[in-house]
Amino acid sequence: MAQEKFLPIQNLQEWLGALSREHRVLVPVEEGGGVVFRPFEAGSRPVLSMDATTSPKSAVFPSSHDLFRFEQTKDPKDPERVSLTLAPDIPRTPTVVFGGRPCGARGVMIFDRVYLGGRFPDPYYQAARENTLFVTLACESPGNTCFCHWVGGGPDDPSGSDVLMTAVEGGYVLQSVSERGTALLDGDGPLLSSDETTTKEAAAARARARASLGPATDLGPAQESLLALFDDRKFWEEVSEKCINCGACTYLCPTCYCFTITDEACGLSGKRVRSWDTCMSFQFTLEASGHNPRPGKANRLKNRVGHKFSYYPARYGGLLACCGCGRCIRKCPASVDIREIVIGAIERAGDNVREASNG
Amino acid sequence: MAKPPFNPYLPEIATIFETVQETHNIKTFRVRLDDADKMAAFAFQPGQVGQLSVFGVGESTFVINSPPTRMDHLQFSVMRAGEVTTKLHGLFAGDKIGVRAPLGNWFPYEDMRGKNILFIGGGIGMAPLRTLLLFMLDNRGDYGDITLLYGARTPDDMAFKAELPGWLSNPAMSAVLTVDREAPGWEHRVGLIPNVLLELNPSPANTVAITCGPPIMIKFTLEALKKLAFSDEQILTTLEKRMKCGVGICGRCNIGSSYVCVDGPVYSYARLKALPNEL
Repeated sequence: MAQEKFLPIQNLQEWLGALSREHRVLVPVEEGGGVVFRPFEAGSRPVLSMDATTSPKSAVFPSSHDLFRFEQTKDPKDPERVSLTLAPDIPRTPTVVFGGRPCGARGVMIFDRVYLGGRFPDPYYQAARENTLFVTLACESPGNTCFCHWVGGGPDDPSGSDVLMTAVEGGYVLQSVSERGTALLDGDGPLLSSDETTTKEAAAARARARASLGPATDLGPAQESLLALFDDRKFWEEVSEKCINCGACTYLCPTCYCFTITDEACGLSGKRVRSWDTCMSFQFTLEASGHNPRPGKANRLKNRVGHKFSYYPARYGGLLACCGCGRCIRKCPASVDIREIVIGAIERAGDNVREASNG
Repeated sequence: MAKPPFNPYLPEIATIFETVQETHNIKTFRVRLDDADKMAAFAFQPGQVGQLSVFGVGESTFVINSPPTRMDHLQFSVMRAGEVTTKLHGLFAGDKIGVRAPLGNWFPYEDMRGKNILFIGGGIGMAPLRTLLLFMLDNRGDYGDITLLYGARTPDDMAFKAELPGWLSNPAMSAVLTVDREAPGWEHRVGLIPNVLLELNPSPANTVAITCGPPIMIKFTLEALKKLAFSDEQILTTLEKRMKCGVGICGRCNIGSSYVCVDGPVYSYARLKALPNEL
């Protein structure tokens, strides 16, 4: 059963305070010139007027965490004999991610296919996912780098969210999306019942946001076009010319899920750590022999774009691994625009086909 | 309490009980899982790989080069190349490592029943071929003629030296060895693998060729097989990529939409040609 509540703006702190008694509540706050998700504490000032600089993925996929600790112990009577134990650490912290946007929550849905849908579900992600709820704020006025509606999302896309909030006069209308979201909205306290007026107002606000979007570009042909352009060096060298391979795009991206595994040891004991990695780095695919299948930045940018718009959709029923949030465009120090690359690839592949048929 | 879900990142602890220094840079490890029940229950298919851990250093991927028909132990042969392999080379009998296995796909040995089998191995590329060769010898009646062409740069660079006399004299198979240049005491062929292959002139009729070795050898061996009129479907090879997770998640071993860690390492040449050109 869906649940709907009204949260008056003056009750926001009280509700977050109530949630934080049983959850780690991550809210977007200003820090270091950006907006990042941090645990709520009394006096936290959530920034809801703009999307966060970082994505909410860190709630379920921390930038770095321990897979397990290992401990090797020498037998004092026979130092040649070493015993070894491994202790995995799978946190199950009840968490609410508050105030992200639908694009960020959609990213989690894209993670789910990879982390939960394979032969071996990822137990760390699964535990985090089962214990995390996303209370997402529908967008009122998408920005000029937003293109969620090109990639299957929208300013009020509920994918990945448990509760969807819509800003109305004097507060927010909260609608549950999942069963866990319904449970989160149970009870009263700071949450009031919604009424016909607030419900209508919320629907109107969401309709206004959808209407404010420009026409959507169909990115469906990209899946084939990017494969057709795989060997077009000139195209990839042109579009990657500005790229400085910093990887900011991948770290900020709500759908970039790649990681590396490294060991940290002190003496005989230590831990194995999983951390975010970036396909924009030379080391990402560098083999021990010195061979690198993606030696240049053109190869690497091609893989990033190809993965999101061709390889991932090929594996997951056409779903694009891009949520259209525009973070990679806004924060790229070299002004690389992934939209231009994908559109350019579709056009170029089309031109090639036409040229071939005109012979 | 409910059993925790399977953790694909958590290695099994194994103990090395024997090592063989195959060449100056290849060392073979024979290991058993410390958990006797898990060792007894361990099942895999020829061609599948495992991740070996040196705790505090990291993991690397190696094929299990003992066959599933000989489950006394698991064998891995490691060429020293980077950090993990260098540390592995410093380990001996009694040392403990981590094993995450089996991972990946395997040779389609069921589809190969009744066919002639042509193995073409170069250097450390003999390792995955050894698994399938021994598996087939242990199921000899299921296959037609079995031929092995194994080459290395020099006689000293040949791995599995202890087994070569047995393969050469085994009436159940024929074996041809080659090195790149003449060497004192070398009584076998001299010449690059693709050239020797052309000299041998094997018939493609009802035959599957399985080739593994350094990239440059694979490139010219594929050309030679095409000259010999092998079809793309009759040629199998195995690929290597830098890997981390081994279970299709971490995102680095892909060639287009194919992930070598789960969709490979075994590919037919037909499948390989359908992938983007990014080896």
